Amino acid sequence: MRQLFDYLIFPGFLFSAVVGLLAGWVDRKVTARIQWRVGPPWHQNFTDILKLLGKEVIVPEGAKWTFLLSPYLGFLSVVLVAAILGKSIIFPLEGFVGDLIVILYLLTIPAIALIIGGSSSRNPLASVGVSREMKLVLAYELPFILSVIVVIIKSAGAIQISQILNHQINFGSNIASASGILAFLTALFCMQAKLCFVPFDASEAEQEIMGGVLIEYSGLLLAIFKLTKGISLYTMPLFLIILFWAKDLNPLFLIGKYIAILVIIILIKNTNPRLRIDQALRFFWRLPTLSAVIAIVLALFGL
Amino acid sequence: MNLKLKALTKSIWVFHVSAASCNNCDIEILDCITPRFDVERFGIQLVGSVRHADALLVTGIINRKTVPRVKRIYEQIPKPCVVIAIGQCALSQHMFRFGYNAPQPLDKILPVDVYIPGCPPKPEAIIDGIVKLVNKIRKNK
Repeated sequence: MRQLFDYLIFPGFLFSAVVGLLAGWVDRKVTARIQWRVGPPWHQNFTDILKLLGKEVIVPEGAKWTFLLSPYLGFLSVVLVAAILGKSIIFPLEGFVGDLIVILYLLTIPAIALIIGGSSSRNPLASVGVSREMKLVLAYELPFILSVIVVIIKSAGAIQISQILNHQINFGSNIASASGILAFLTALFCMQAKLCFVPFDASEAEQEIMGGVLIEYSGLLLAIFKLTKGISLYTMPLFLIILFWAKDLNPLFLIGKYIAILVIIILIKNTNPRLRIDQALRFFWRLPTLSAVIAIVLALFGL
Repeated sequence: MNLKLKALTKSIWVFHVSAASCNNCDIEILDCITPRFDVERFGIQLVGSVRHADALLVTGIINRKTVPRVKRIYEQIPKPCVVIAIGQCALSQHMFRFGYNAPQPLDKILPVDVYIPGCPPKPEAIIDGIVKLVNKIRKNK
C-alpha cells in the first residue's frame, strides 16, 4: 500500500508529473522571453495533455503491437526513477545497495522506448529519427557513466544514493572540487542530450523530419510521451543535484538549485543551433569523454 | 461545455497544408508566431506532423495535383479537428477561377469551418478568424 502511494502519488507519478509539466512551462516561457515574446500561460502544458487525452488514437496500418506498448515502457520506468530519487531525498536511510546502478539503467529506458516505438510505426521519417536516437544514445551514455564513476570514486566506492548523499553532507558537495566540476559539466551536456534538447535534438527535429520518432503518435500515446518528457525534465536535474550538489538539501535550497540547473539547460537550448548527428557523436566522444576521463584521474588522486 | 472541448479550444496545434500556394499566405501565417502577434499566448503551436495536429490551415489554389493529397492529409488527422481556409485562392479560387487546372474551391472537398479572406490575409485577420472559430465551437456544444 505504501509503495503504491509512493509510486503513484507523492514522490512518484502525480507529484513528478505536476513538477515536470510546470518545468516544461518554465522552458516555454523563458524561450518566449528570450525571443521577445510573451509566452503561454502557466497551465498550458496541462491543457495540452488534457486535450491530447481527448483525441483519437490512430494506429498506422501494419504497425506492430510494440507501437502501443512502448510509450508505457518509457513512462513507467521514468516514474520509477522519480519515486526512487524522491524517496532517497526524503528518507535517506531507506535506500537499497546499488540503487544508483538501477537508476542509471532506468534512465536509458525512455530512449529505448522511443527507439522501439518509432521503429514499429513503419514510417520512413520515424526510422530516420530512430537511427539518430540510437547513435545519440551511443554517444552520450559513455561520458555520462564516466562522470557518474567520478562520483562513486569520490564517495569511497559507494553505489548507494543515501551513502553518496551522506558523504556529501559530511565532506562537502562534489561540485566544489576540480574533478567534481569537470564531471558535472560533462553530465550537464549528457543531460541535454538525454532530454532531447536543442543542440542534440536531431532525432526529433520538427523542421526536417517532422517530429522524427514521434511522427505517427497521436492522442493518448503522444500525451504519454509528452508526460515522459516532462517527468524526465524533473528527474534528470534532480539526479545531477543528488550526485554533485547535495551539501544541503532542505526544500528551499533544493528548489533553488533545481531552477538554476533548469535555466542553464534552457539557455543552452536557446543559444545554440541543432547539431547534425555526426557532429553530436564527434562532440560527445571527444571533449566530454576526455574531460570525464581527466576527472576520473583527478578523483583517483583525491582532488 | 465539456472539459475536453474547452481544452481543445485552449491549445490548438496547427498543421500547415500549403496546397500550391504562392507563399504569401504562408509568410503571413508565420507572422502570427513572431513576437508582434505571438499566438503561443493562446496555446497555438505549429506542429510538424499531421498526427499531432488539431487544425489544418489550408492555403493556396487547390489544383488537380493537390486534391488527392489534401484529402489524404485530412484522412490522416486525428478526429476532433477543424479545417481553416486561408486566402482568397483556397476560398474561391481567386484569379484561377477559369483556369484549366483548378477544378473546385476547398469547401467542395473538405468541410471548412472558417474562411479567412484576403490576398494575403493580415495576421490580425487570421487571429480574428481563429477567435471566431473558437467562439463557434463553444457555442455549438
